[in-house]
Amino acid sequence: MHTKTVAQLALGLQQRDFSSIELTRLYLDRINALDDVYNAYITVDPEQALAAAAAADARLASGTADALTGIPIAHKDIFCTAGLKTSCASRMLDNFVPPYDATVIKHFNQAGAVILGKTNMDEFAMGSSNESSYYGAVKNPWDITAVPGGSSGGSAAAVAAMLAPAATGTDTGGSIRQPAAFCGVTGLKPTYGRVSRLGMIAFASSLDQAGPLARDAQDCAILLNAMAGHDKLDSTSSEQPVPDYTAELNNPLQGLRIGLPREFFGDGLAPSTAAAIDASLKELEAQGATLVEVSLPHSKLTIPTYYVIAPAEASTNLSRFDGVRYGHRCDDPKDLHDLYTRTREEGFGDEVKRRILVGTYALSAGYYDAYYKKAQQVRRLIQQDYLECFKQVDIIAGPTTPGPAFALGAKSNDPLAMYLEDVYTLAVNLAGLPGMSVPAGFVDNKPVGLQLIGQHFDEARLLNVAHRFQQATHWHTQQGAMPQGK
Amino acid sequence: MAIKQSEVEKIAELARIRISDDQVGEVTQRITEILSMVDQLQEADTTGIEPMANPLGATQRLRADEVTEVDNREAFQSIAPVVEDGLYLVPKVIE
Repeated sequence: MHTKTVAQLALGLQQRDFSSIELTRLYLDRINALDDVYNAYITVDPEQALAAAAAADARLASGTADALTGIPIAHKDIFCTAGLKTSCASRMLDNFVPPYDATVIKHFNQAGAVILGKTNMDEFAMGSSNESSYYGAVKNPWDITAVPGGSSGGSAAAVAAMLAPAATGTDTGGSIRQPAAFCGVTGLKPTYGRVSRLGMIAFASSLDQAGPLARDAQDCAILLNAMAGHDKLDSTSSEQPVPDYTAELNNPLQGLRIGLPREFFGDGLAPSTAAAIDASLKELEAQGATLVEVSLPHSKLTIPTYYVIAPAEASTNLSRFDGVRYGHRCDDPKDLHDLYTRTREEGFGDEVKRRILVGTYALSAGYYDAYYKKAQQVRRLIQQDYLECFKQVDIIAGPTTPGPAFALGAKSNDPLAMYLEDVYTLAVNLAGLPGMSVPAGFVDNKPVGLQLIGQHFDEARLLNVAHRFQQATHWHTQQGAMPQGK
Repeated sequence: MAIKQSEVEKIAELARIRISDDQVGEVTQRITEILSMVDQLQEADTTGIEPMANPLGATQRLRADEVTEVDNREAFQSIAPVVEDGLYLVPKVIE
């Protein structure tokens, strides 16, 4: 049963083949039996989950169920869940129990979904390998000596190892798409502003966006239907109407124009990964799409632009963690200065501190114009490159990552090498565009992903292309040698 | 661009993060590496380009100046390290 998709499970629940309590218990048992190996979860609260499942069963019995009623979902530990510890994988919030729900969580609760648990992640969402978590690294279910990707590594691993049928993640520079690629699952970062950020612990406010990770595009569409929408408590959330993201999944691809940026297929892309991507693109061509070579001339400025803007915004967002109102507080502070400086020294890990310092520098007097303002100008140039391409093509495609998952420890001592892992994903956040990663094959027995990038608010089209691709391929249904349980 | 240790100490002070003496050398080196990488930005010709703060060009929406929120002080302060009479307590600031 744990190999079923959300769509299949929803049908089973509606037909009363099984109950939400049975389904939830099944996943809780699997987590209990298997998660020691993967470390995908930080917190699991079986009592709360089963209570929600019981309520869902009542709704299912009375005929008032929605598409997600009774479905267990794992949530990245960055979303505030009232009464349930929310740590952001940091010592700073190890003792934090939020007094309110994030809007995303509210939506899932209203839909009658069950919170299975809170998944592991890179600390404060800063990372591409899930090795910086205060609660230890997450292992890639395909190869437990490899990283699952980050920062939504726990969510990706949970779905891949079938410890949850679907999960939520967040993506600031690739943190849904890259772990989805490394773990062989489907992930979507919506357009900036599509999903509310209220209650989602902020990393970089002009880049962050919540989205689904699941076994396939159809499931991502079902989750996005629940997640998307305007929130008056998030002043950056869009008032664009929310379509039914499942409605156009089956549209034929005849006439679709796919742009292939030459900068995505140069050095830096491993040949074996390039081969898997090329084969995937041929499949889309076979379905009637046209492949068009395009260019994104400012591509090589993506990494420096991101690594000024994201740390700068992070330095502001993380200044709230001061030991005064919630979270970690150092023992016996001798004065206010000591309270702040020692709380933050103790509460934050090394990568988080590095980024706060870089960001503080970029915003400081004398450096603001040369760094932050300059980066914001280059950001506009980067977005303009994409908008220019979209005059001739409908979507843009390429590899999600330069290669499959790397080994644990391989890059954890080299921040710059780690930053290069995001080379194909960062610009999508800078431009505010929607992006997906779809399983596209295997290299060295590990998954690789095809990235699809769309125009603002064109998620339905991305999901359609991904769905049609998945109807013709089977990468997304592979389970390899993963433990099946019962 | 190489950054001096004294500058790192100044930034750490701005960010209110204590860095121990035995760590400041390594932190300086790491920050130097990152800043050297971002110096590539200076290559870009950005003459006449407006800085982008919000990728959709959205501006702050306003609402009427009316009280709409409820008092949640008790719930919010229930998780505070030290509170008294509805106030958050910190070590004495003013001598």
